[in-house]
Amino acid sequence: MAAIYSLYIINKSGGLIFYKDYGSAGRMDTNDSLRVASLWHSMHAISQQLSPITGCYGIELLEADTFDLHCFQSLTGTKFFVVSEPGTQQMENLLKVIYELYTDYVLKNPFYEMEMPIRCELFDINLSQVVQKDRVALLGR
Amino acid sequence: MPPAGPRSGDAIFASVERVNAELFTLTYGATVRQLLTDLEEVEEVNKQLDQMGYNIGIRLIDEFLAKSNVSRCVDFKETAEVIAKVGFKMFLGIAATVTNWDADGTCCSIILDDNPLVDFVELPDTCQGLYYCNILSGVIRGALEMCLGRDIAPYLKIVTDTQYLAFTKVSMKTEVTWLRDVLRGDDAYELQVKLLKQVPEEYPYKDDE
Repeated sequence: MAAIYSLYIINKSGGLIFYKDYGSAGRMDTNDSLRVASLWHSMHAISQQLSPITGCYGIELLEADTFDLHCFQSLTGTKFFVVSEPGTQQMENLLKVIYELYTDYVLKNPFYEMEMPIRCELFDINLSQVVQKDRVALLGR
Repeated sequence: MPPAGPRSGDAIFASVERVNAELFTLTYGATVRQLLTDLEEVEEVNKQLDQMGYNIGIRLIDEFLAKSNVSRCVDFKETAEVIAKVGFKMFLGIAATVTNWDADGTCCSIILDDNPLVDFVELPDTCQGLYYCNILSGVIRGALEMCLGRDIAPYLKIVTDTQYLAFTKVSMKTEVTWLRDVLRGDDAYELQVKLLKQVPEEYPYKDDE
């Protein structure tokens, strides 16, 4: 049983720069993942404007029957979101940890070009460790 | 678990991995020296250092935000304070103070109490025009340029591409210059940070058009 179905990172202009799925549910091919990313980017932007509260920074959590979508947007405009099993807790923290991994292993890689798709092995390794740890913690409860 | 509040520069500095300060100082010195050899003109070196700092700044800002947990600053005054109190402390382990605000709060000075970049440096006569620490001004400029303003979403209505780029890119264009430099005979290191332009908080179009 997987708590997290998939992880997306979108750059500030709405392009998908990282996608990874975990486990069988909600698996998507490349085209679909790109579509989800750009859809989410637009919905997130629209939500900021539709919000009755001023100073809203966009959707943070979307709850559906079969999944939850948690989104975190950094102040620089990069969005991280995970699709997970409904009711999964602690996703905000996981997203923060992923953001830190991104700053350490993606942005500090001198051969990574900003706003481009992420292909950094160190990031992949550390990311899977974090997700694994998170999964173990969830199973343990 | 409630979201963690902002962390102090000291706490972050203590918790991140660091390199030996002397190694850092010498590496920077070697870089500047090499630039002087390659570019020959002191003016060009100043420019290159600023550009290198800028390239660092646009990446460094995310690490800063991720590790410091600071939230959006309400105005430029707060921004300057955060740079001085948290930013400098976190990355260089030094304290800085903000003074000399102008009347409309868009220009101030950041004064460095200490500067680890210059520990062994004496400027020779041939390099009098050199801003040895120009990389720092580039870093600040780059970092501020990447921060989005309070509202960043001008695309509920489809706008033209150029408009879109102009308004999603940045919130703070700044100009950062050295006012005082101990290496050039002054009594302190003083960086002037001037806010040139901020993306307006209103959207660049009217919804009913």
